[in-house]
Amino acid sequence: MIRALQTAMGRSPIGDPLDTLSDKPLAVRGLTVSYGDKPAVFSLDMTVEDGSMTAIIGPNGAGKSTTLKAVLGIVPRLSGVVSVFGQPLAKSRPRIAYVPQRASVDWDFPTRVIDVVLMGLSRELGLLRPVRESHRQRASDCLERVGMRDFAERQIGQLSGGQQQRVFLARALAQDADLYLLDEPFAGVDAATERAIIDVLKGLRSEGRTVVAVHHDLSTVRDYFDHVMMINVHKVAEGPVAEAFSEENLQRAYGGRLAANLMNQLQLGGH
Amino acid sequence: MLIDAVTLQLGYNATLVAIGAALLGIAAGASGTFLFLRKRALVSDAISHATLPGVGLAFLVMTAFGGDGRHLVGLLIGASLTAAFGLWIMHGLTRHTRLAEDAAIGAVLSVFFGFGVVLLTVIQTVSVGRPAGLEDFLLGATAGMLYQDAVLIAVAGALAVLVVWALCRPMTLVAFDAGFAAAAGVNVRRVDLAMMGLVLAVTIIGLKVVGLVLIVALLIIPPVTARFWTNRSDRVVVIAGLFGGLSGFVGAAISATAPSLPTGPIIVLTAFVLFAVSMLFAPGRGVLAAWMRHRRQQRRIHLRQGLLAIAQDLPIYERYTLQLLVRAGLARADGVPTELGRRRAEKACRDESRWAVARRMHSHESAVSRYDGLLPIEDVLTRDEIREIDRQIADVGGECA
Repeated sequence: MIRALQTAMGRSPIGDPLDTLSDKPLAVRGLTVSYGDKPAVFSLDMTVEDGSMTAIIGPNGAGKSTTLKAVLGIVPRLSGVVSVFGQPLAKSRPRIAYVPQRASVDWDFPTRVIDVVLMGLSRELGLLRPVRESHRQRASDCLERVGMRDFAERQIGQLSGGQQQRVFLARALAQDADLYLLDEPFAGVDAATERAIIDVLKGLRSEGRTVVAVHHDLSTVRDYFDHVMMINVHKVAEGPVAEAFSEENLQRAYGGRLAANLMNQLQLGGH
Repeated sequence: MLIDAVTLQLGYNATLVAIGAALLGIAAGASGTFLFLRKRALVSDAISHATLPGVGLAFLVMTAFGGDGRHLVGLLIGASLTAAFGLWIMHGLTRHTRLAEDAAIGAVLSVFFGFGVVLLTVIQTVSVGRPAGLEDFLLGATAGMLYQDAVLIAVAGALAVLVVWALCRPMTLVAFDAGFAAAAGVNVRRVDLAMMGLVLAVTIIGLKVVGLVLIVALLIIPPVTARFWTNRSDRVVVIAGLFGGLSGFVGAAISATAPSLPTGPIIVLTAFVLFAVSMLFAPGRGVLAAWMRHRRQQRRIHLRQGLLAIAQDLPIYERYTLQLLVRAGLARADGVPTELGRRRAEKACRDESRWAVARRMHSHESAVSRYDGLLPIEDVLTRDEIREIDRQIADVGGECA
């Protein structure tokens, strides 16, 4: 219905016409999410280029994670349209992989590493299809890509924070998707894990897949990503890192007081 | 007497009750596992208390239409209706207000139970129909259990187990990571609804045997007990079913040995005994095993510290350390190391130096991450790697940490 209306009008309510974006991995128009009375994300437009690696950055409480969750339909949208590879979410889900925040689950849950990765195959396995050796092999290969094959039989409660994050990434790899959405994949992980994760993500990009990650460490944005989406409830800036990741935009997103500290941080970590 | 009961020699009715209770226990343990894993165990308590007004209302309706007010199936249908209504209200409270689920549980549980008690009291005072036995739904009473009651429990229990089997995968996925499940296209609300339906069904068929006050125990205790024995959710389901079945069977048998022993409480106490034994003695997660692991770790660390002190000619400050060294034949009571003690101290010192060098070498990063102060370096590095480390120690000169 919304779609028909847009076609009739030739434009989405706000921003570019959605139809011209139909081949984009992810196009969001006018996305608003509200917890209670206060909008967490307000009328957000976002376009993710094919084969790009995009960082969603912004201060705490800016609605970064909420944006991802709303795109995936995990939290309800108040308004807005989302199209993934030109199709509504319901049709494009098999092409999306999602890595939630590590802290969002209970790691004392009774399950093994390999079983978590097998959850990435749940669409294929359905309700009752038995888990075959070929499935296990694929799960094991995904663990290999994050350097954790030897941990397959471990209880997940025995893993370090970095290892937990790698298992989550392996589960997303098992989903074999075209669009990877990651929520703070580098939060609280050790240096070796950070390198392992970025290697995997860059590998995904070189295979032509698209990566979008909520990111909190401004000092690595230039090294890790080619596009950036800066938000603070509203969209602040969007585009290639070289253009959009500017001091002026950071100041608008993080506010003047904080921005000074952040710029110092960037000078230390940047090049 | 007890042996007779457990071996089903107390007669027809006791046997019937024991089998019925065992089937109920299996269904409750298996379904309860997912409530437990989803961390919503207490929802079942609200569901069970919300059955009571249904029992009263069904009695009134059946009596008003001139039937027998105590017809079991009719009473259970009434119970399911008000329980489902209570569940719906609870869901609405958490969804549309800022109330947390625990507050909603408290509100629904107490209001529905209160209303139920009032209804039953009124029914008894004005003595419509023949209400004797309605209060048995509170704590369960199996003395008058009929063959068709047992069949009802058996069929419904088997259905519940079948549903658990069919929905095991999505329920596990939602319990572990609801966000991921939703993103992958699983309808989380529908899975939760199915889980609640399952619990509701088990509660209803358990009313007659265990009673509404204690059915929650049969849903929660077996999975919690099973968790002590395994780290895999699929096995928690099976073991919880077994423990639940065992509690139901043994508890019902025990209560059959004396006429005044209430079935429900005895079943719950049996389940508790299994829980207590598991908590204390289960390998891995049990209290005793954890304590022994802790003590062993403490001994090894004291020994290691003692050896490093010897290697560096430092005094040994802690009595416990010295005791351990003496007991292992590594030192004399006055703190002077024995020949064996010196050799072992030298080895400990060499290990520490090797670890210190390994920490500086990036190539050994993953091995170093496993260092815990006790792990022999030979376990994580190959001989040629250690030779290379020793060469560096010879160059720079190493020292104990």
